[in-house]
Amino acid sequence: MADTATAPATGPGTPAPVAEATGISKRFGATVALRDARITVAPGESHALVGRNGAGKSTLVSILTGLQQPDTGTLRFSGEPAPAFGDIDAWRSRVACVYQRSTIIGDLTVAENLFLNRQSGKAVQPIRWKQLRRRAEELLGEYGVAVDPAARAKDLTVEQRQFVEIARALSFGARFIILDEPTARLDARGIERLFEKLRDLQRQGVAFLFISHHLQEVYDLCTTVTVYRDASHILTAPVAELGHQALVEAMTGESASAVTATGGRPAVRSAADELLTIDGLTLPGVCEDMSLSVRAGEVVGLAGATASGNVQVGEAIAGLHRARTGRVSVGGRTVRTGSVPSALTAGVGLVPEDRHLQGLVNNRSVAENATLTVTDQLGPFGTVLPARTRAFAGRMIRDLDIKTPGAATPVSALSGGNQQKVVVARALATEPHVLVAIRPTNGVDVKSKEFLLGRIRQVADGGRAALIVSDELDDLKVCDRVVVMFHGRVVAEFDRGWRDEDLVAAIEGVSGDAPPAATFPVSAVSASSGADEHGR
Amino acid sequence: MSATTDLTEPAVSPAEPAAADTTRRRVDLGRFRELSLVPAILVLGLIGFIVSPAFLTADNLIGVAQQSTELSLLVLATTFILISGRMDLSLESTIGVAPVIAVWLVLPTSGGRFNGLGLLPEWTAVPLCLLVGALIGAVNGFLILKLRLNGFIVTLGALTMLRGLQVALSQGQSIVELPSSFTYLGKASWLGVPAAIWVCALLFAIGGSTLAWLRHGRALYAIGGNAEAARTAGIRVDRIVWIVLILGSVLSAFAGILYSGHYGSLSATQGSGWIFQVFAATVIGGVSLNGGKGSVFGALTGVLTLQLVVNVMTLAGVPPLWNQFLNGAIIIVALVISRFASGEKQE
Repeated sequence: MADTATAPATGPGTPAPVAEATGISKRFGATVALRDARITVAPGESHALVGRNGAGKSTLVSILTGLQQPDTGTLRFSGEPAPAFGDIDAWRSRVACVYQRSTIIGDLTVAENLFLNRQSGKAVQPIRWKQLRRRAEELLGEYGVAVDPAARAKDLTVEQRQFVEIARALSFGARFIILDEPTARLDARGIERLFEKLRDLQRQGVAFLFISHHLQEVYDLCTTVTVYRDASHILTAPVAELGHQALVEAMTGESASAVTATGGRPAVRSAADELLTIDGLTLPGVCEDMSLSVRAGEVVGLAGATASGNVQVGEAIAGLHRARTGRVSVGGRTVRTGSVPSALTAGVGLVPEDRHLQGLVNNRSVAENATLTVTDQLGPFGTVLPARTRAFAGRMIRDLDIKTPGAATPVSALSGGNQQKVVVARALATEPHVLVAIRPTNGVDVKSKEFLLGRIRQVADGGRAALIVSDELDDLKVCDRVVVMFHGRVVAEFDRGWRDEDLVAAIEGVSGDAPPAATFPVSAVSASSGADEHGR
Repeated sequence: MSATTDLTEPAVSPAEPAAADTTRRRVDLGRFRELSLVPAILVLGLIGFIVSPAFLTADNLIGVAQQSTELSLLVLATTFILISGRMDLSLESTIGVAPVIAVWLVLPTSGGRFNGLGLLPEWTAVPLCLLVGALIGAVNGFLILKLRLNGFIVTLGALTMLRGLQVALSQGQSIVELPSSFTYLGKASWLGVPAAIWVCALLFAIGGSTLAWLRHGRALYAIGGNAEAARTAGIRVDRIVWIVLILGSVLSAFAGILYSGHYGSLSATQGSGWIFQVFAATVIGGVSLNGGKGSVFGALTGVLTLQLVVNVMTLAGVPPLWNQFLNGAIIIVALVISRFASGEKQE
């Protein structure tokens, strides 16, 4: 347990921090997960914790929530020593946590999820379901969450589920909540509502530790930021005093080369061949009469909110959905919609939206994953020769700078950014004419993000075409053109040099010149200031 | 003041009330799913009534119920184990080996066709049998939860090993000289109905109430639905699963007692091949093989359906040689029906 005897006294006069960790070290076997790390969260503060994958954030979270014991170091909550390890209820009354992975159980009702393992007072006392639902209703009402407590949790939207998790986490009485990448699976509108809720809670005096890869969100929501790098504490500073570039530098340990470094590239010759043509595509319930074309050497962004259908259009190009009417052709060849092999032979490479669900076979090696689409090139007569697989994978690993101990390492052992690189490597393995990348930088750290976007740009510069399907402004910044979808229709098109406000307005379906600022998703509003620092 | 908030509320989130509506409707369907085999049972009853006047007599129905008792106890055990996201195939061997070990320990060393060790007085046979069951469950739990072995293979190994142990101990023969305390429950009749039926009904009521109204019962759904989430909610996942495995084996040993009492002897093949029927009854009763879903009542309807089919077919004069074929066909048909009744994919 934390060595409470040597805990430093909190300064007189100031209220004790809700959470204070000093000198925390933790090793897992040979790997040092945290080295003499510290963090202090003041009451009512919104504190951001940022760092690249593997910086030790997750370990710190599990130590702060009492799931793991630190090897050395002190933990104090509101000036008092941390509760004994394993006393889960005591930990919960001090720290609430919304984990990165959903801890909602789909087949149970919302009410039961909220009061899981405390549905009744004593273990032998029968659960009174009506009363439980009423308590759930009260709890949800307290936090302003409009969800039916009798609904099954799996029927909720991701956003509603997240609110249920927050309400549950806070219902144990903690005034300090840790949010581990809460925005990763929300769309812009959902993020906006989440932030609204968080600001509400903050006004009630709840303190946050907010973990995100999305630096813009840090600027929008937080007052203080702590940066971790390589298992150590690097700096803690007020957000307002730390520029975007300085923050990235602190995270990466080197001066940031901007995502937009490709600014000086030649404009695409409008005479270039159209490599990808979508003509009157209609996907039942998704989009109608959608047309789009991408020329050789061009990177086009297909933007849109979650329900806009942009992801489905991207997937349809790769043959995952059957179209009712319309035509998709690649380099003049018509692709049979709904047939992945047909799309592959036509030369479409896909980086799917969710690498865990659609992208990777987790327990297989990097080499196998990277070569999954090209097994026909790895040996004669349907055989897959290990030597050729290794050679091929080695090329991929060098090409995409995948940080892996070896080609035979299981892909699940890599960090998020490197896993995503494997997915991109596989999409590029077939040397596609058209690369369709759906949210290619989802859950990826700053450095990998830059690299991946740069690599996609390279594909286009090599005379091929790329389509980035995303609603992240950073992804769209590398595009030559951005086409915006809203509710299954193309509503706008922007050439390079668009203003963030305009693009976001189009994504959100807000027409008119001056929409009220409050309707912008917070994550996007001040993205322009961040971009300015890159000297665009 | 309140009027304005009333007006703005729906404007902020117009989609949410609609979503809540559909979810409520779906929950209701989910509740009905538990009853989805009830119409099937009624139809079977009707067919039975038409086919033979002997069907709707107390004797026949009680006979069907009594024949269901042993199987239904295994189904009860499997329901608990499947809901918590595990599997125990060795139940079908426990039903035979636990009574054999108990009887072997108490029967005298000489004088009978089957000679035991005579270590303990005869009245201990029942508690011994349950104890052996608990031990088997505990060992399975140790291998699965502490050594982190694959549960399917561990219990498959246990199934074979325990069957072998039973054959070795009983020298491949039926044991007919059973202690009277051992056969009492299987033979006795209370208020004109076999004691086994009363006991089973009681156990099902307890099991069903535990799953519906007790915290630790609900914990099984949480564990089967998402073990990691259950752990973060403070549920002691391993401990509870271990207890469930032990309880399952005890139930199975108890079924063995009823079965031996019912037929007055302990055959060497007691329970052999049952596990398929057990799983079939449980799954067509709406319990998910992936864990986290199902109910005791649903599983009970599953057992009754399977038994009624056999009974009706027998009364209709279908040769018993066709039973196996029909059992298999019923399982597949029931799965297809529940797939489309619930609209959920089964994986």
